[in-house]
Amino acid sequence: MNWVWFYRLGSPLWFYQTTTRWLPWLGLLAFILLTIGLVWGLGFAPQDAKQGNSFRIIYMHVPASFLALAGYFLMATAGAIGLIWKMKLSYMVMKAAAPIGAALTFLALFTGAVWGKPTWGSYWVWDARITSMLILLFLYFGVLALQYAFHNEEASNKASAILALIGTVNIPIIYKSVDWWYTLHQPSTIKLTSAPSMHPDMFQPLLVMILGFYCFYIVALCLFTRVEILRRERKTGWVGDLVGELNGSTEGKRQ
Amino acid sequence: MKVQFQTINQILDMGGHGFYVWSAVFVTLTVLIGLIVRPLLQHKTVLNQVSQDLAREKLRKKTAGEGN
Repeated sequence: MNWVWFYRLGSPLWFYQTTTRWLPWLGLLAFILLTIGLVWGLGFAPQDAKQGNSFRIIYMHVPASFLALAGYFLMATAGAIGLIWKMKLSYMVMKAAAPIGAALTFLALFTGAVWGKPTWGSYWVWDARITSMLILLFLYFGVLALQYAFHNEEASNKASAILALIGTVNIPIIYKSVDWWYTLHQPSTIKLTSAPSMHPDMFQPLLVMILGFYCFYIVALCLFTRVEILRRERKTGWVGDLVGELNGSTEGKRQ
Repeated sequence: MKVQFQTINQILDMGGHGFYVWSAVFVTLTVLIGLIVRPLLQHKTVLNQVSQDLAREKLRKKTAGEGN
């Protein structure tokens, strides 16, 4: 089997150059999708019969929650690849995923709170889904904190990866929490195994928002990873060349 | 598909749920923009540092050369 692609994928320089090329386009796509989805969802989708206009928060709440979970899965996978193959780029992706995931989990909790107030009468309830999402936020914080807990970079990478892997136990709990403990949070609107429990007029803008959030996530992840790459590789020749090019001359080039 | 609101006030009020919906929109956009702007600024900072380091090293080499 040809493993060249795998090693190339592990090259920070290759990653940096490739993302430089297509990141603007993906960013544009994310911007367009999010704009269309938000205007569609806020202004054109019909009102919910029971919840009125407060249901429009779904167009931010569900995509943010999706990516908070998918992002955790990605972070843990990147950590595992780093542990097994000692791939540097993989650890960089893991590090980059932590702040983004924490921000999106916060977003899921916040939009959930302002949706809960008009719907349940309370900003916060110790419901199974909400509590397990709060644990997810703390797991992200833990991975972030462990990166600064050691002087040795390899030790902090390993510790972060192990915590991320242990934390994956929480992911199926979050998914299943609405079925196992039927307390307050409504069951999932979208399931892989069945048709969405939502009218197409409401569902289509949600789909656009989810796609937009996915594109956005990839853009943010690449941007954070690129910073991490530059930081670690700043003593190498190619970063020097890059700076020289950006300064409009080859004077900065290292001999 | 049709427009759900006719006036600006209706858009802002959202049938009494305006505060909840618009605070969700505001916080979402703030977080998303922050997640793009922060790495871009950091990216710039690192490149500036590298640029300064290179300039300093060049100067050091130059003065060392003159000293000889």
